[in-house]
Amino acid sequence: MANLNVNIAGLQLRNPVLTASGTFGYGVEYADLINLADLGGIIVKGTTLHPREGNDYPRMAETPSGMLNCVGLQNKGVEYFCQHIYPEIKDLPTQVIVNVSGSSIEDYAECAAHIDALDNIPAIELNISCPNVRQGGMAFGVTTEGASAVVKAVREVYHKTLIVKLSPNVTSISDIALAVEDAGADAVSLINTLMGMAIDIEHRRPKLSIQTGGLSGPAVRPVAVRCVWQVARAVHIPVIGLGGIMTAEDAIEFFMAGASAIEVGTANFIDPTASVRIAQGINQWLDRHGCRSLDEIIGCIA
Amino acid sequence: MKQLLDLCVVACDHLNERNVLLRLTSTCAPLPHCRPGQFVQVKVDGSATTFLRRPISIHFIDTEKNELWLLVQLVGEGTHALARLQPGDSLNVLMPLGNGFSPVQKPGEQVLLIGGGVGIAPLLEYGKYLKNNGAVPTFLLGARSGCDLLQLPLFEKYGPVYVTTEDGSQGEKGFVTQHSILQRNSFDRISVCGPKPMMMAVARYARQSNLPCEVSLENMMACGLGACLCCVEKTVRGNVCVCTEGPVFNIEELTWQI
Repeated sequence: MANLNVNIAGLQLRNPVLTASGTFGYGVEYADLINLADLGGIIVKGTTLHPREGNDYPRMAETPSGMLNCVGLQNKGVEYFCQHIYPEIKDLPTQVIVNVSGSSIEDYAECAAHIDALDNIPAIELNISCPNVRQGGMAFGVTTEGASAVVKAVREVYHKTLIVKLSPNVTSISDIALAVEDAGADAVSLINTLMGMAIDIEHRRPKLSIQTGGLSGPAVRPVAVRCVWQVARAVHIPVIGLGGIMTAEDAIEFFMAGASAIEVGTANFIDPTASVRIAQGINQWLDRHGCRSLDEIIGCIA
Repeated sequence: MKQLLDLCVVACDHLNERNVLLRLTSTCAPLPHCRPGQFVQVKVDGSATTFLRRPISIHFIDTEKNELWLLVQLVGEGTHALARLQPGDSLNVLMPLGNGFSPVQKPGEQVLLIGGGVGIAPLLEYGKYLKNNGAVPTFLLGARSGCDLLQLPLFEKYGPVYVTTEDGSQGEKGFVTQHSILQRNSFDRISVCGPKPMMMAVARYARQSNLPCEVSLENMMACGLGACLCCVEKTVRGNVCVCTEGPVFNIEELTWQI
């Protein structure tokens, strides 16, 4: 049995499989169906300083080998999270990471500071790449200056592992990654969804309430693998890979491209046991190929 | 408790050109307990364009035969793939999901169950539950034409069945809200499932008549577990997931303009 332990800049994971933010609720939604202790960790739903109602319905459209969503960061705000949700999830048998989003630099920092005070949250994933909120998320993630400014502000108030989630909707994702590394990020995760659109031709209108949304699922996987490969070659901090991972073999591609851990997202909707199945499959793949640890394959594609 | 099950197809009966009845069984264990009005998410294999699961309401549970019945209207590629299933095939099902219809409130309660099109599906299981638990269900089922009315003899086992068709080929001509039973009988409450304009018309009638009314929504969804937040409906409490807080809502919870 291969050693699956992973250390992401101080964040200890028992295996390299995390569940992606917005695809796994707070973990408890899946507790009937899988043993959460079989996961490296879960990244809970995007949390903002103030409560958000999100966008209007319809928020989802099925597309070939994928889906578009424009949920728009619906959540009850960080104070509600700390008072009501954190007590329910703080003792889950896996690492719980909070995805933090915002619409101003001050909001990001204040939200992160609240999470910093929670003992059992060892890391945050800073979402500077949500495509579904005006003046939000992605506005910061598409320029090196914007990304750097948010990360610097959060770094000042956040003292644990700081992961920054990057957008693929940029000219050079490596440049953004270098900027956030320089600003103090401990790790980067990528990719967030690709901006997309689908049209109901019979009614001559967009399928989503805000016209555009984020594309996820296996349709985006080759783009994600390419981004991970580019970023892993550019930065010195760990890279967490995600984008359309449905199977252990998909995950292995990301490790070979340079990821130290992976996130399973949209697959959770189709197979609620996908994350655990992928963790088991990675172990079997490593055994089958005589690898004693993941390190033997991480970044093996130069 | 929610389960992910590989169920075995017992039969896939084509009821008419647009609807099939899928009968599924679990070969290893009893099916999980389900409440009327809950739904399942089925996995449709074999095509890039049927990527997500398909939510389908529970039509009937045959506890003696350990069978789950799904009434499937052929709409798109996913439902057509389901209609091609053969006895012995396997179907992966996530179940049971959602809240379900209200339990019996008092003995002898008169409950009117109104269904339109394939929306009649969950009312059969609910009618069975109501009758078995001391309430008195009455069914009012609407369709475009007589040939679109499905499973009527089964509904008749649990209560009187009244019918409207838009072309007048069976029952009273018109929409369910125009049926004379609404004038003649008094009911304690209404449960309705069908196309949204029909449910809104029934909700309007219920509010004018001071009758409690619950509707079963079918917003598009991805996970069915309350994780993706795609299937939300606006309520007096803000946006909530239809898959976990519904699919059944009291109309007073919703923000419908009726």
